[in-house]
Amino acid sequence: MNRFLWPLIGFAVLVALLAVGLNLNPRDVPSPLVGKPAPLFSLARLDAPDQNFSPQDMLGKVWLLNVWSTWCVSCRQEHPVLVDMAKNNTVMLVGLNYKEVRGDGGLDADKLDAAAERKLALERSNAWLKQHGNPYRLSVLDLDGRVGIDYGVYGVPETYVIDKSGIIRMKHTGPISRDDFSGKILPLLAELSK
Amino acid sequence: MRLWLMLFLLALSAVSLQAREAAPLAQDEATEKRLVAISSELRCLVCQNESLSGSHADLANDLRREIRTLIQEGKSDAEIMDFMVSRYGDFVRYRPPLKGTTLLLWFGPGLLLVGGLVTLVLYLRRRNKAINDSPLSAEEQQQAERLLNVKEPQK
Repeated sequence: MNRFLWPLIGFAVLVALLAVGLNLNPRDVPSPLVGKPAPLFSLARLDAPDQNFSPQDMLGKVWLLNVWSTWCVSCRQEHPVLVDMAKNNTVMLVGLNYKEVRGDGGLDADKLDAAAERKLALERSNAWLKQHGNPYRLSVLDLDGRVGIDYGVYGVPETYVIDKSGIIRMKHTGPISRDDFSGKILPLLAELSK
Repeated sequence: MRLWLMLFLLALSAVSLQAREAAPLAQDEATEKRLVAISSELRCLVCQNESLSGSHADLANDLRREIRTLIQEGKSDAEIMDFMVSRYGDFVRYRPPLKGTTLLLWFGPGLLLVGGLVTLVLYLRRRNKAINDSPLSAEEQQQAERLLNVKEPQK
């Protein structure tokens, strides 16, 4: 046998491992929440700040919870997909506006009191939705990011698919592309809606 | 010498600067110590190669605040670890638990080492056998000596 055969095989295996490893997305961390009930919360609505929304209001429906923010750059990339999604389908999309004021590095949230922060967050996010189109049935305000922590949010945008009994069925980290939507999310929604 | 002294002083001042920066958080020393101990075991998910205690990411700040609250509520270290793992998964732990999916992670390096050693031993043995170490015949001995004893021409 050729004495170079084994080193060559070893090298090929190494290259194959590296090729696979380098093509994995390190941001794609499996969520332990998939298969578990969606964490409960009660947060003020963006369109009607005196009313609260809770995931329990959605029991019996298949819906998406999309984490977004006006300072989030990748959300802009994702937004047109969401707008189309809302137009073409009967997808129930709920937005979780994540740390609208505190998350923006350009703003000093420490200088604002709670009421001023809330007011600013409402203004900014509503204006943004008016400008870019509003794909959401409703959005809620997570000013301090607490609900985000309960959902294991670590990078905006993130999207959760929640079934009729309130169980999280899928988590998508990062912007949703059209391929993600038609290839992964739509089939799952169809299956869950049966 | 003077340069070294200056560098040393600079290094010292850097350390004390860092200490001052952390001070506002240290309302309660015991809590802070536990916070550091717990958060250095946890990965910051935003900058994945940094621990939660060393990261300046926004989320890391939030999570440290959350852990501080849990400590003040009297939660045990294990309960706090559970809090984090139930939200972010085993990935947040720098020391993943030993279970089916992590067996290869824990024992893979050992297996590789043992495999390498076995291969090495087998290879050396086979090579030893292959080397022909029968002594030279008298004639060959003479020939070798002749070749070795040839004086090199002087330069």
